[in-house]
Amino acid sequence: MEYILIIVSAVFVNNILLMQFLGVCPFLGVSNKVSTATGMSGAVIFVIALATLVTYLLQYYVLIPLRIEFMQTVAFILVIAALVQMVEIILKKISPSLYQALGIFLPLITTNCAVLGLAIIVVSKEFAFSGTPQMFNLAQAVVYATASAVGFGVAMILFSGLREQLDLNNVPKAFRGTPIALITAGILALAFMGFAGIV
Amino acid sequence: MNRNNFLIKGIFTENPTFVLILGMCPTLATTTSAINGMGMGMATTFVLIVSNIVISLISSQVPGKVRIPVYIVVIASAVTVLQLIMQAFTPGLYNTLGIFIPLIVVNCIILGRAEAFASKNSVGASALDGIGIGIGFTLSLTVIGLVRELLGSLSAFGFKLGGGDGVLVFVLAPGAFLVLGYLMVLFNGLKSKMNK
Repeated sequence: MEYILIIVSAVFVNNILLMQFLGVCPFLGVSNKVSTATGMSGAVIFVIALATLVTYLLQYYVLIPLRIEFMQTVAFILVIAALVQMVEIILKKISPSLYQALGIFLPLITTNCAVLGLAIIVVSKEFAFSGTPQMFNLAQAVVYATASAVGFGVAMILFSGLREQLDLNNVPKAFRGTPIALITAGILALAFMGFAGIV
Repeated sequence: MNRNNFLIKGIFTENPTFVLILGMCPTLATTTSAINGMGMGMATTFVLIVSNIVISLISSQVPGKVRIPVYIVVIASAVTVLQLIMQAFTPGLYNTLGIFIPLIVVNCIILGRAEAFASKNSVGASALDGIGIGIGFTLSLTVIGLVRELLGSLSAFGFKLGGGDGVLVFVLAPGAFLVLGYLMVLFNGLKSKMNK
């Protein structure tokens, strides 16, 4: 039950993209087509699940025992950058078809703030899903981060569908490109506000 | 490059928010009020200036293949310094901006300027470029914050202007997208009018 609450909360109520504004750059950048949006979402879910697992362990077994929590930002971004590189190399070797699908999105993910953002959120915020507010344990942290990444994917794919429709319409000149995309995203965010209060 | 143009470049021709469309996450998330937007802009400006100066100093020594990781470490160190300074002197702002302070590391503006400008230019020019782009970013964030604050809570820079509550949705998440979208329309419209 607790995990269901975490998942619903992360995917819909606190949607990482539309409510917390993490990962807006790829959201606006590669959401022109449903196919690329799906590829990007897949890569993001994969990397976020792995990155949160590693950074959680790093925080609790290296940074806190050594009392160098202030190095969090530097340590996390290095780990994420290295991890993305490693995933790229491993995927190329063991699963060329998956690499073909996700490959071009992987280098972009290092600078996706959703990855670093979630890594920091799950080790620094207290959550109250089961009674008293407390820090996540490892399983909860990974589930929360992965569900947030799924939420990113849901918003991304919905939005790319809307943008494909927008391309067929005659948009006023000043609105073309990013402005109309932002306004569409605003209306989508309004719709997602309807989920508030579920959890 | 003409050194006197760095301000015009940062504010108009290469405005990071309205022209280059970079650094959208902090732009949308921290502009709930004019003060917050300005704080975020100034924090980013600090990191931008420090990282531009350091990177233009070391860029000739860094091998091309590992330059991106090296730049990221320089930027992350500057952000860590900023975090410690803000925790000490402006704890209120530090708590409001929260996660978006460490996230300055992955702000594409900073890595973008490092790669496109600081690695190829002298220290002085890079510092000026950092100041210009930083001021442009701060101004954009302050304007967006001001509009959202005016519409959402009928106040400006924390001062209440009238009775009533305003339209709350502009302070919430959807308002960020809508206000930025319409401001961009305004910017584009003015630009095409001036070009005529």
